[in-house]
Amino acid sequence: MSLGPYATFIVTSYMLVATVVLMLIGWIALDYRNQRARLRELEAGGIARRSGRGAADF
Amino acid sequence: MTLIDLANPTKFLSLTARVLPWLAGATAMLLAIGLYQSAIAPDDYQQGATVKIMFIHVPNAWLSMFVWGVMSIAALGTLVWRHPLADVAAKAAAPIGAAFTFLALVTGSLWGRPMWGTYWEWDARLTSVLVLFLMYLGLIALWRAVEDPSRAARAAAVLTLVGAINIPIIKFSVDWWNTLHQGASVLRIGGPTMDRAFLIPLLVMAVAFSLLFVTLHLAAMRNEILRRRVRSLQMLQARAFSSEVGIGSREENASKQESGAA
Repeated sequence: MSLGPYATFIVTSYMLVATVVLMLIGWIALDYRNQRARLRELEAGGIARRSGRGAADF
Repeated sequence: MTLIDLANPTKFLSLTARVLPWLAGATAMLLAIGLYQSAIAPDDYQQGATVKIMFIHVPNAWLSMFVWGVMSIAALGTLVWRHPLADVAAKAAAPIGAAFTFLALVTGSLWGRPMWGTYWEWDARLTSVLVLFLMYLGLIALWRAVEDPSRAARAAAVLTLVGAINIPIIKFSVDWWNTLHQGASVLRIGGPTMDRAFLIPLLVMAVAFSLLFVTLHLAAMRNEILRRRVRSLQMLQARAFSSEVGIGSREENASKQESGAA
């Protein structure tokens, strides 16, 4: 597969999309881990939801 | 499970836990097929290999508008039906929409340089998409600036609905004004004007990116629900702490008064 004289533009575009999508996935995964950890910390400190269910439980 | 059941965040969380792995798998598979088809697609007779940028530029551009549409429906859900997940949906979608809009702008610019001879032109299509990107950033800033989530939700919902005016402007800018950007070649009355060799990879990539959005959006909504639970538990903790301090200081004052009287 030859990309011709404008290969730099094509490769940069695909690399950029891959980078931004991976950053989005990483950010969302990290945020999930952080929120779960904060909920566990609060529950360990004796703070419970009114329903009595674990805040991190589905 | 009905739509009303999904208004319950706990039920919504259990649904996302079940659905997300399947959605992620389907997205990865479709993206792989789309990327393979994009790689083997022939060169365009005028644009050469740069036509390959279209397979990532167009899905991102479509999604930049689609996400704002989703946020507009969520805004109606916040203002009219006061659905508990409406603001969660809108807030979770904004950064994803901003990322897609950013990618549409930059890949368009990288496609424009070899084809038009310029990275940027202040024409109607490019400028209206830049305005959309700035509106996404403004909304994200608004949610961060207002501490009370219900006040932030209403303000953001109004701004989202006002901003929705920009969506038809973006779509029809190429028809209403004389722009450097080409006219619609897929979503148009009379059908697509594009050859199947380009149309099929483009549609596969569009479906793959749409699935990517659904997956990321559900995951971000799940995070937002957990963040709100953290906030409400922290408020409970603060209330418990302040009442403990209050009782403690009242007891201390009472004992001081007793010893003073003695």
